[in-house]
Amino acid sequence: MEKALKKYFPVFVLPTLAAFIIGFVVPFGEGFYLSFCKFITVKNATWVGFSNYVKAFHDASFGHAFWFTVAFAVVSTILINVLAFMIALVLTREIKGTNIFRTVFFMPNLIGGIVLGYIWQILINSLLSKLAQPLLALNTTAGYWGLIVLMCWQQIGYMMIIYIAGLQNVPPELLEAAEIDGATSRQSLWKIKVPMVMPSITICLFLTITNSFKLFDQNLSLTGGEPAHASEMLALNIYNTFYGRSGAQWRGIGQAKAVIFFVLVVAIGLIQLRSTREKEVQQ
Amino acid sequence: MNAAKKRTPGLGWTIVLSVVSALYMYPIIMVLLNSFKVESAISTASTFQLPTAETFAGLSNYVNAIASKGFLQSLGYSLFITLSSVALILLCCSMCAWYITRVHNLLSRLMYLMCVFSMVVPFQMVMFTLSQTADQLKLNTPWNICIIYLGFGAGLAVFMFSGFMKSIPLEIEEAALIDGCSPIQTYFHVVFPILKPTMISVGILETMWVWNDYLLPTLVLNIKKYKTIPMLIQYFRGSFGRVEMGPMMACIILTVLPIIVVYLLGQKHIIKGVVAGAVKG
Repeated sequence: MEKALKKYFPVFVLPTLAAFIIGFVVPFGEGFYLSFCKFITVKNATWVGFSNYVKAFHDASFGHAFWFTVAFAVVSTILINVLAFMIALVLTREIKGTNIFRTVFFMPNLIGGIVLGYIWQILINSLLSKLAQPLLALNTTAGYWGLIVLMCWQQIGYMMIIYIAGLQNVPPELLEAAEIDGATSRQSLWKIKVPMVMPSITICLFLTITNSFKLFDQNLSLTGGEPAHASEMLALNIYNTFYGRSGAQWRGIGQAKAVIFFVLVVAIGLIQLRSTREKEVQQ
Repeated sequence: MNAAKKRTPGLGWTIVLSVVSALYMYPIIMVLLNSFKVESAISTASTFQLPTAETFAGLSNYVNAIASKGFLQSLGYSLFITLSSVALILLCCSMCAWYITRVHNLLSRLMYLMCVFSMVVPFQMVMFTLSQTADQLKLNTPWNICIIYLGFGAGLAVFMFSGFMKSIPLEIEEAALIDGCSPIQTYFHVVFPILKPTMISVGILETMWVWNDYLLPTLVLNIKKYKTIPMLIQYFRGSFGRVEMGPMMACIILTVLPIIVVYLLGQKHIIKGVVAGAVKG
């Protein structure tokens, strides 16, 4: 089997491998290299060592974007997971219309970030004008909460589906046994259901944290970083460093920021995955 | 008695969730209502008012969006790019995944690790160099951007396919080989049909990604010549001077509506596919 197949390497692997090299390996390698260079295009790069990184760390807008992203990621991760878990708990009881509710809650997930951003921009601006508040373009607080509401709206349905799948796998015998032993519904929630769905919680936390950190489309369309870059998150900050500023040094700095961003996303993912895995129940 | 007791809280939840669902749908319904208003009646102050006899615009916003804002071209580009990319990803990545799960050598292991690695890399890390590479290789038109999508989407697809491939018993394929099938015949006659459920899952995930993707086509394609739907909607704010809200809302509805229809038709598969991607990723 292996021998026969081996000869067919050009047919089976080569197309994907070639595209993978063009679409990922080369850009990734070049990107890493260019973070140490000053450049306008890939061809005219000159080596400048770590100075891009030093400048990136001294760029106040990058620091601001970092803390804005952290504040956004923490609040949105908590809200999305708590709300999604609550809805999943309700929907796994036998309630009329479960399927319809599931359909409705999941739907925003399929709509693209740019479209979602504009839908909410219209809605939030109208609400703000009703309340006689400054509109999104001048209102950082509204921009922040707008992003959170938008993110919740988009992600709750997705996480809810994963939690429902987890809750349905909790063996009913366990819950029955607990009930016979006199456990209250709160006890069976915290002592049985939550520990049993720990794998789902791991996945959902991982997805929501990384999604929040990587958020770009929604940020671009809802607030565009307004006012004056105050609602800019990391991904948009990197994009603006590349394409929104004139001057030869900015591309190198943008690429250095992108490397820092990449390391950050990987690190957060790994730490989070490890810390929740430890709490999982052996089954 | 017991049954009656249980039914009452259930009904309460149904009512609560119905209200929440209505609120959940409201943003889309609001855009839908506003897309039927005349331009002068759309402002932040009047968004919440229903269209009246004077402000009702009929389908004129939709006609405008289709006739003069290039919605149909964008729809065509989006459709072509999505279909070609997803078809290419499904075919090439499933073949590649079969090879790397069945042939155990260094290259297979390396390829698998690289694929997993590529899934966690944020797009900003490669966006500039990727667009430059695409320009150099002339992969910057809607007709061949699918090669870029194959490269950048290979990670997830190969990962999901090989996860499933490991559970297919080797005996079936060996039997086909002994019966005289070449590996290519074995793949298309034996492996491909078994892969169908995974194909649907991966296909849905990749379709959602390519269809909604904004940044990659913006950086790779020439925006003056080719605009996909997300690019068109973003372009409304940037380049038509004053934002024409009416046609923009019509565009949003025209974009969202097909998604909702497809979703309602293939709901089971879509939810299953998306969750399979999450659980494995």
